[in-house]
Amino acid sequence: MEEEINSICDGEKTIRFREVTKIYPLPAGDVVALDRISLDVEAGDFIAIMGPSGSGKSTLLNLMGCLDTPSSGDLCIKGRNIRGMNDEELTTLRRDHLGFIFQQFNLLPLLTALENVQYPLILKTGNRECRDRCLDVLLAMDLDATLYSHKPSELSGGQQQRVAIARALVNDPEILLADEPTGNLDTKTGTAIMNLLQDLNQNRGKTIIMVTHDPVIAKYAQRIIRIVDGKIT
Amino acid sequence: MKSGMFFDFARRNIRLHWLRSLLAVLGIIIGVVTIVSMGILGNGLVLAISDSLSSVGDSIIVSPHAGGMGFGGGNAPDLISERDFEQIRRAVAPHITIPVYSGSSRMKIGSEDVVGVVYGLKPDDIPILLEIEEGTYLRGSSSAMVGAQFAEQNDIRVGSRISVGDKGSLRVVGILKERGMGFDINPDFGIVVEDRWFENAYNKAGYDLVIVKVKDLNQIEEVKNEIDRQLNRRETVVDVIDTKAILETILTAFNQISTFTTVIGGISLIVAGVSILNIMLMSVTERIKEIGVLRSIGTQRGEVRRMFLYEALILGIIGSGIGGVLSIIGGYAVSLVMLQTTEYLFVPSSLIYIVYGVAFGVGTSLVSGFYPAWKASNLNPIEALRHE
Repeated sequence: MEEEINSICDGEKTIRFREVTKIYPLPAGDVVALDRISLDVEAGDFIAIMGPSGSGKSTLLNLMGCLDTPSSGDLCIKGRNIRGMNDEELTTLRRDHLGFIFQQFNLLPLLTALENVQYPLILKTGNRECRDRCLDVLLAMDLDATLYSHKPSELSGGQQQRVAIARALVNDPEILLADEPTGNLDTKTGTAIMNLLQDLNQNRGKTIIMVTHDPVIAKYAQRIIRIVDGKIT
Repeated sequence: MKSGMFFDFARRNIRLHWLRSLLAVLGIIIGVVTIVSMGILGNGLVLAISDSLSSVGDSIIVSPHAGGMGFGGGNAPDLISERDFEQIRRAVAPHITIPVYSGSSRMKIGSEDVVGVVYGLKPDDIPILLEIEEGTYLRGSSSAMVGAQFAEQNDIRVGSRISVGDKGSLRVVGILKERGMGFDINPDFGIVVEDRWFENAYNKAGYDLVIVKVKDLNQIEEVKNEIDRQLNRRETVVDVIDTKAILETILTAFNQISTFTTVIGGISLIVAGVSILNIMLMSVTERIKEIGVLRSIGTQRGEVRRMFLYEALILGIIGSGIGGVLSIIGGYAVSLVMLQTTEYLFVPSSLIYIVYGVAFGVGTSLVSGFYPAWKASNLNPIEALRHE
């Protein structure tokens, strides 16, 4: 059995879904959020996931982000089957191999911009003297250096999202997961952020999976996956 | 280094919510001050009691058996005969045996008529039992020493004369040092005369009391049993009590009171703990989304737990620290008001309550932090992220 699971995860695929089903048990009856999804994501892909509300796109992203595990089927991240992993292993996987970009930016309000970027790195290395690496990452985000010491509440949406992307990148993950990354930004700022993501994909080789409603934003991706009622169409 | 970061997180969160943190800290301060002050008060009480009693703690008191009728012996039932005394003396040797006559009598001091206790003691025994405040020990059989309270109440000085009933007149040669409550004799409210004078005056057939001074406190039980065995072989002639046992009973009672007051202090600290629990739960509820973010970007459950425990710990340490310092003042105040003295404040057995209080304060805070920390760390990251 062990061997069978591992053989599913063999190969070069960054993310592999095999017959993945996710069921949420509710008192009113089980809700099938994902229905036997099979999907491969190659290294360096830029994928947009689209679909109506409640179609299962967030569930798909949560599974890729190791925030949840499949009810059945196999899900491989970087060649490792996450089925049967415990919380600690999943958390470590998220920390070291995945970067999250949220619609609400979700910076930690108690920390400054620079500290927000430092946070995941300290989690990983345990070393608080990691300013250089964090400054490098922030620099690449084209953010004014005077803002590094500001709290998130003192930054504009676009600035916050740049800090958030820097935070996602600081541990040098292969995979970036973005949930409506421009959903809270105006068009101009949104375009700038998308250009940034595209650059990360094309020039830095990051694999990007992005959930979006917006067809204009989805055009930045190389591949669009449409999902309706928990099935890929 | 990670711990440093989580500690920093906790510190900043406390500062952000400074008002409610302050209130929680205030609760801990009050709790610690209460528990320590109560502990110091209780301890001071025990020390004060044992100080005023311990001078007689090395004695065994032999008194005639209460209710004994003395069949055939010819003795009056409520006295210890010379023969019995000799038997006691032999039984307890080499410990010191002090026979005591006592009785109360009407006395005339100047033109005042008063009633007081009269003790008759062998001159050699007197320095063992009593200390002189003023004047000298007895000189001659018509001299007397007067208890401190008795002297003060009746304005008696060295050189005064006291007429004891129709037994004759005595000259006061010494005023005794105040002795406090005792189980053997209480000369504070009476006078002490030579045994010979007492024998002449009252013509008693035996002693009212025999005090045995035991040199080594550990032998008290042994000596007591020996007297019992020698004298009460056939019938109970004497009652033997050791003051140490009485003392211990009293101290146990006061220790219980002390424990009780400390427990009341402890309850106030538990209330403070509940307030920490409360604000920590508030903190968790407010930060659900933040916890979701922390978890999603790779913070382990244990690390989230630590972050919240640090918060409780910081509140506890600050509160208990300040409380510990203030409780010296609290202990001082409560000692001064309740015991009228602060001499029992700066002794190790009192000061240890500060250590207990601070430790209990920090402990209570930490325990109060467990549930909120556990709750925070067990949040489902997806639901937490969705929380608005």
